[in-house]
Amino acid sequence: MSKHHISTSINGESREFLCETRQTLLDVLRDELGMIGSKEGCSSGDCGACSVEVDGRLVCSCLVLGVEVDGKEISTIEGMADGENLHPLQTKFLEHAALQCGVCTPGFLVAAKSLLDRNPNPTETEVRYWLAGNLCRCTGYDKIVRAVMDAADEMRSAS
Amino acid sequence: MDTKVKQSQGKLKWVGTRQVRPDGVDKVTGRARFGADYSLPGMLVGKVLRSPHAHARIISIDKSKAEALDGVKAVVSGEDFPDIAKEEAFIGEGPINFRYMAHNMMARDKALYDGHAVAAVAATSEEIAQKALALIDVQYEVLPHVIDVRDAMKPDAPILHDDLFTEGVTPEPTRASNIAKQVEFGRGDPDAGFAKADVIVERDYSTQPVHQAYIEPHATLASVDEEGKCQVWASSQGHFMVRAYCAKLLGLDLANIKVTPTEIGGGFGGKTLVYIEPVALLLSRRCSRPVKIVMDREEVFRSTGPAPGSHSTVKIGATKDGKIVAGYAEMRLQAGAYPGSQIGPAGMTAFAPYEIEDVKAVGIDVVVNRPKVAAYRAPGAPLAEFPVESAIDELADKLGMDPIEFRLKNAVKEGTQSCYGPVFQKIGFIETLEAVKNHDHYQTKLGPNQGRGVASGFWFNIGGESTATVNVNEDGSVVLIVGSPDIGGSRASLALMCAETLGIDYKQVRPLIGDTDAIGYTFLTGGSRVTFATGLAAIEAAKNCIDDLRKRAAILWDIDVSNVEWRDGVAHPVDAYSDEHEPMTLKQLAAQSAKTGGPITGHIALNAEGAGPGFGSHVCDVEVDPETGRVEILRYTAVQDAGRAIHPSYVEGQIQGGVAQGIGWALNEEYIYNAEGRLDNPGFLDYRVPVCSDLPMIDTVIVEVENPNHPYGVRGVGEVPIVPPLAAVANAIEAATGKRLADLPMSPPKVLAAIDE
Repeated sequence: MSKHHISTSINGESREFLCETRQTLLDVLRDELGMIGSKEGCSSGDCGACSVEVDGRLVCSCLVLGVEVDGKEISTIEGMADGENLHPLQTKFLEHAALQCGVCTPGFLVAAKSLLDRNPNPTETEVRYWLAGNLCRCTGYDKIVRAVMDAADEMRSAS
Repeated sequence: MDTKVKQSQGKLKWVGTRQVRPDGVDKVTGRARFGADYSLPGMLVGKVLRSPHAHARIISIDKSKAEALDGVKAVVSGEDFPDIAKEEAFIGEGPINFRYMAHNMMARDKALYDGHAVAAVAATSEEIAQKALALIDVQYEVLPHVIDVRDAMKPDAPILHDDLFTEGVTPEPTRASNIAKQVEFGRGDPDAGFAKADVIVERDYSTQPVHQAYIEPHATLASVDEEGKCQVWASSQGHFMVRAYCAKLLGLDLANIKVTPTEIGGGFGGKTLVYIEPVALLLSRRCSRPVKIVMDREEVFRSTGPAPGSHSTVKIGATKDGKIVAGYAEMRLQAGAYPGSQIGPAGMTAFAPYEIEDVKAVGIDVVVNRPKVAAYRAPGAPLAEFPVESAIDELADKLGMDPIEFRLKNAVKEGTQSCYGPVFQKIGFIETLEAVKNHDHYQTKLGPNQGRGVASGFWFNIGGESTATVNVNEDGSVVLIVGSPDIGGSRASLALMCAETLGIDYKQVRPLIGDTDAIGYTFLTGGSRVTFATGLAAIEAAKNCIDDLRKRAAILWDIDVSNVEWRDGVAHPVDAYSDEHEPMTLKQLAAQSAKTGGPITGHIALNAEGAGPGFGSHVCDVEVDPETGRVEILRYTAVQDAGRAIHPSYVEGQIQGGVAQGIGWALNEEYIYNAEGRLDNPGFLDYRVPVCSDLPMIDTVIVEVENPNHPYGVRGVGEVPIVPPLAAVANAIEAATGKRLADLPMSPPKVLAAIDE
């Protein structure tokens, strides 16, 4: 079975990879490129642990095929911090203890960043509905919502 | 404990503060490695073939076609595993029978539920492994099955185990049944008690099995070398548990197995067992290559967990002035395919928050054609306390009493003998009730179709075996090694206690979870034990380290060690010598350690006793949509006695997470089995755990009634908060609609049917 040659950009870096038709973007990230930050919780698009952005659009990478990202720009959790500076969302998740086991955290952070890129001043309800595609079984979401609202606040006052 | 450590009482520097967790950056950057994130060169993919039948005799398994497929390196089934005799071991919170565990891991003569493992392969790729599974030819004789616990108890029910005779009843049964065991707890004479009652409520209740639904599916990597040395990387609540169970189930020596804990993506009790670890080990042994098995979500739902479902009858009687005089509960629990549901804890917790003279709780363990149950956060308690807390609400209503006042009148306190036996030491149940009563939430006005419910909850909490080592580095920083997998931030709480005890900066303590070869035996992370028991170990190891540090200072000063005192991270000569020597910091002593006897360490192995029982009281406001039956949680406040919150944010997080799970249990979560006994909703789309938009903020109040058996007063906090929500929500729905719902989940169709009655 011949593999496809895909050229893409991941977190601003040009990347090429070979993949089989059946491989998902999540498979490619984790198994071919060693980027284990995106997690597989369900492989059916229900838990959001594998959230990434493709050309600025928030997607579950388990529902995207590797071959679909040819020529596209991908953002993952690995590209969220700027050098040694954590993104404000990452800092606020730590300050608010918005994670317990941490396996859903990369997905939540990617999804939350996608929200704040579009809506820098979301209401609590907007945060809750935007993040409704990300499951967390540990926190009851309270501290996650607070961390996102606080990060939004800080990012607004910084800009 | 004669260690000379002076701590200004009440003036703690680190305990009680909200520091960033030591593993935090790894977890927000995607660096943290969970079970599925480990790989080895030459690694194979392991896959498990699962029964499509709820109940079937396995006539034959032909692996030859699968074995012949290019890329397949090993195929195993039940016959390849050793036969294990029935042997009960009491481990942690319940009995374990190794024969059942072995058969649950891999079916032998019968498949007992949809999803039961029947064979496994190791292949060079996922695709080949999947093809190989399809080539394994299993011949089944499909047998009648039984899914519901009441059906399973009927005399003509299909029998799962021909050799299962009910334990705990007289006369001893002469024929096999699905009723594995009956236990009773209580005291006095309930009949006489009920005779004294002015008001009695009695009702049947049911709860559905619910899955722990950790976001990380089970994952393991196993590697066996040509010498038989085994290495396992496992996402579990206890790597020593994985080692012990793998050795037992495969007939291996403990000494030949090393288990390394990975980060664990949630457990809630569901990762206190082995499912795939022995399978991966056997596959690896067959081909001398590493084998990784990662379950998919469907496998997780079909073959692991859940908490048992239950059918209960609960009766409580009280006098006119609000004193509970009698209680009776009979609880029939679904064990799943093998005996061993939590009838013990269910029977013990049902009435535990209340002082009742004549009380009896009966637990009945019943097997059905479903996955074998596992522990789930306060195992047994939510399903036992839900009916009782509902009945308490009903009684308060009938007596015209405020539900908190009614509970206060009957609440257990220090010195009360519990319904299950022991006398309570210092506990904080009353304090939690008072806190709810005085909370603004309790006074908030409600609108139309809205209602308010109150409920309380109890959990024992446990201690157990823990080991800890404190190694002082040359620069005065410290490595704290423990054996407890960290599920929810325990590295932070352990480092805080270690820093507090040593008197050094929290950031100078680097906590580490050692593998089974690197640290002494430590019981698994469960029973809300880690901050208490492993915390105690971290403190004791730090104290031993302080003793060593004092000795080093004594050598340098040439005085007796009894003249050296440790204060806030610094060795001080006692008054008589204070003019002769300058105090020395830990850093200074560490730098000179080579001169004073070599590296400085502290170590302890202990079996912690005296875990303080935990109590919580919750208040919940709901709005019920009269047209759809949908229940919205408007407000939720949870109060809990934490003894002392070492890291308040993570204590709050435990409470909030438990509440969310309890709300899911109350409103949404259930298994849907079809007529063939197959699970119809093995995924997160149809098994509906609460999502962010389903919930409001969950307000928490931490009450601190210190546990006298811990230096900082810690009680376990993780399990209590899942107990009250089931009844708090049901009581709130009753207040909003006038209808008492006694069957969970209280999903829109059921609520609507009740309203339209």
